[in-house]
Parts: sequence; structure tokens; C-alpha cells
Amino acid sequence: MRDRLIFAGQLGFTLLVAAFLVVPVILSISAGVTVNYFRGIQSGVTLQWVVQVWGLYKSEIGLSFLIAFATLAVTLVVGVPSAYALHVRGGQLSRVIEEIITLPLAIPGLAIALALLLTYGGFGSFRQSWLFILAGHVVFTMPFMVRSVMAVFASVDIKTLDEGAASLGASPWTRFRNVIVPNAMPGILAGSLMVITLSLGEFNLTWMLHTPLTKTLPVGLADSYASMRLEVASAYTLIFFIMIVPLLVAMQMFADKSQTR
Amino acid sequence: MQNGAPDAGAPALSMSHRNFIWLCLLPLVVVTAAFFVLPMAQLVAVGADGPRGVGAYLAILTEPRYRATLINTVVLAAATTIATLVIATIAGLFLQRHRFPGRTVLIAMLTFPLAFPGVVVGFLIILLAGRQGIIGSITQALSGEKVVFAYSIFGLFLGYLYFSIPRVILTIMAAVQKLDRGLEEAARSLGASPWEVQRDVVLPALVPAFVASGAIAFATAMGAFGTAFTLATNIDVLPMLIYTEFTLAANFAISAALSIGLGVIAWAILALARSMTGGTVAAAG
Repeated sequence: MRDRLIFAGQLGFTLLVAAFLVVPVILSISAGVTVNYFRGIQSGVTLQWVVQVWGLYKSEIGLSFLIAFATLAVTLVVGVPSAYALHVRGGQLSRVIEEIITLPLAIPGLAIALALLLTYGGFGSFRQSWLFILAGHVVFTMPFMVRSVMAVFASVDIKTLDEGAASLGASPWTRFRNVIVPNAMPGILAGSLMVITLSLGEFNLTWMLHTPLTKTLPVGLADSYASMRLEVASAYTLIFFIMIVPLLVAMQMFADKSQTR
Repeated sequence: MQNGAPDAGAPALSMSHRNFIWLCLLPLVVVTAAFFVLPMAQLVAVGADGPRGVGAYLAILTEPRYRATLINTVVLAAATTIATLVIATIAGLFLQRHRFPGRTVLIAMLTFPLAFPGVVVGFLIILLAGRQGIIGSITQALSGEKVVFAYSIFGLFLGYLYFSIPRVILTIMAAVQKLDRGLEEAARSLGASPWEVQRDVVLPALVPAFVASGAIAFATAMGAFGTAFTLATNIDVLPMLIYTEFTLAANFAISAALSIGLGVIAWAILALARSMTGGTVAAAG
């Protein structure tokens, strides 16, 4: 009986916490497809707000995807080889480098953005272009890619594989392409999902780095929260959810898979 | 730095392989130096370059207005951390210790907001407790008085709670899974009550998870900008202060010094937690 009560109490509490997280999302989704949120759902269901958001903000959404995939490209090209090098090389210097590239996880995005602005703010054409935002996103997401790939190297004994291929006479580049990268694939995929998700949702840095001509999706979101009616802001949030939730689900499945392995 | 003698980590690499490894490392070093190390050094220099000189770095402690904001921010972050840990421990222990229909769905509901940006979380809090929020409508229907608190420090607290619950729950559930059930059985067979088992066996074993996830929650709440920005107006926290000093007052030196201060606090909390637990700890978003 007593156990029953404890169970019910804990279940009730957990359901309450879940409600706190889920109810606002449901409110947001329903507001985004309601004719008039103030009058409630009986005022009718509509996609007019979603269409309106698409019309108003499609360039923001487009730029976010451009930046997300460019960030992914840079973190792949720069991050994967360096994860390999850091793992194989080891030693003090590698640890220091790893420590430095991980710092952006601790330092708030606002500080990094200010640092970039104070350093490159005077370089007009760079400051004005989306590449400026790209630089911030690369700094912010790089540690996720590098660490995700290094985590795989730590578990598959890459050194032995590498040396085996070397003893067969394969050049470093051939080994990297045919041995290292295929073995690192789970880490590369997990890291890529992380990088895309983080870049698409990044606001702290981007708000400081953007210009009127380089607005991203979350910058547009903040804009719509401040200046648009609730239905439009909700519809925009709904579009964001539709884009981000599949990525989150994929990431979760990845985490579960690597946990059970 | 590299003087020909191989160091302990890299004993038997051939010459071409060594060069290849340096080549692999080079882009990362260049990118990090150009877009992180150099800018951060510039930030430190700008912080000391205002009318106050190096004293700008002390202003966060000596100037009453900045100090009040710092205290506000630390209290808010600490309250967020403690509340999140309590909530996540109760829910995490429950979810990991019981199997019942709908459990997977419940876990998914508790963890899916993991990567929502701060701005979106701010908007969700507005839908919950803002002027057109559901809490306002319910309280108005019940008592005739509309309760609205999204735009206050309590709204920000709720936002940070929303933000940190998913990741802390994940950490605590993982830690609970690794606990040795035998110890609890032993304590029970020695006559400990369920509450005593929790207090003396389970909770102490979860301390590393508390430290690690608590540090992340604290550092994130210290530096989070998006949620405060959306809820906006008169919330007095460090990231908002830095933002207004920089954009509205164009007070570059003070905003640089304050953000260095904020960065050092966040980094120190995470480094401390890491040295206590030996694991890797990082803030997010």
C-alpha cells in the first residue's frame, strides 16, 4: 500500500515535469495553426500563418541552412583530420590543443561574439558577409566534431589498424582515406548531426554577429517574437520544430545505439 | 616546440607519417588561432583599454551596479541548479527504477527539448506565463485575477529550468543505471528504511553526477543570453548587462571586461567540477 502511494506520488511528479516541458510546445504548435489564438481553436484551423512566415522569413531560413552546411563542411574538413592527429600524436601539446578548442563550450557565446566583433569588426566586407557568422559557428561547433570523432578512436584501437596498413606499404593519405575515415564513421555521423543541430539553433553568437542582410532563422525568430502577432511567432516556431525535431530524434537514436554497443 | 626528439606520446612514427600528422593538425591550429585565440586576446586587451584601464576588470566587483547584477546572476544560476537537480533526481530515479507502460514516451517527453535554443525557450515561457499565457487564462477564470510572471526574474528562472531539466535528467538516469543494486539490497537487509537507503546509499553514489550536471546547469544559466533576451526588458542579469553596455552604451572596455569575467566564472565552475569528477564537463547553448 505504502509502496503504491510512493509510486503514484513519483509518477504524478514526473508527469507534472513532463507537462511543464510539453504543454508550452503544444500551445505553440496550436497557436501557429489557429485563426485567432485569443478566441481559441474554435476560431478555426489555418495554415495562413505558416504561409505568411514562409513569405516573410524564407531568406532567413535559407541562410541558416547555408551556414549550417558550410559549418558542417568546415568542421569535417578541419575537425576529422585533426581528431586523428590529436589521437595518434598524443602527448602534452595535443592535450593543450584539445583543451583550447574545447574552451568555447565553457565560455558564453556572447563573449566569443564580442571578441570576434572587436577583432574583425573593422574588416568591412568580412563583417558584412555571412562568412562572419560562419566563423563564429565553426568555433562553437568544432569541439563537438573533434570530440565525437576522438571518442570513436579511443574505442577501436585505430593505431593498430593504421600501423597494419602502413606495414602493407599504404601511404599516410591512403590510410587516412581507406582505414581511418571508414572506422571513424559513427563518430563523424554523430558529430555531424550535432553540428547541424547546434548551428541551426545558434542564437547567442549569431545575434551579435548578424547584420540586417545576414539574418539567420533564430535571429528571425527573436525578431518575430518581438514584433509579430502571437500566431505568426508560433507558426515560425512550428517551422523551426519541424526542422529541428527529426535531427534531435536521430541524435537520440544514435546515442542509444552507441550506449547499447 | 617540436625539436626532432619524439615525445612520449609518439614514439615510432616515420618521417612521412609525422609530416602527415602535422598537416592534419595545421588547419585546426590556424582556424582556432584566427577565430578564437586571437579574438579572445583582443577581448582581454580591449577590456584593459578603457578609461578605467586594468581597473575595468575589478569593476564587476567594485562598481555597485555591476556587483548587484553579478550577485543577481549567481543567485539565479544557483537557484536554477538546485531546483533542476532536485526535480531531475526525483524524476530520473523514478524512471530508471520502474517499468510501466508509457515509460519510453515519458522519457522522450522529458528529454526532447534538449537542444531548443534559448530564444525558443523564452517564447515557450511567454506562452506559459505571459500576457496571453495559459497560466494567465486559468487564473483569470478561477479567481478573476490574471497571473503574469514571464517577464520577471521568475520567468527567467522557469526558462532556465526548462533548459536544464532535459540534460540533467539524462545524466542522472545514466548514473542511476550504473548503481550497484546489491548495496541497496544489503542496506535493506540490515534493516534500513526505504528513505534511509535513498539518503545513505543512493544519493551519495550519485554525487559525481550531481556535480557534473549541476556545473553544466550553473555555467549555462550564468551565460545564457537568448532566453533573457526574449523575455527582455528589465531582467538584470550579466549577459543582458554586457549586451546593453556594448550595443546601447557602446562601452566596449566595460563590456569586454564583464564578458571576460563571465567567461572566467563559467570556465572555473566547469573546470572545478571536472577536477572533482574526473569526467568531461561542458556547458551548452
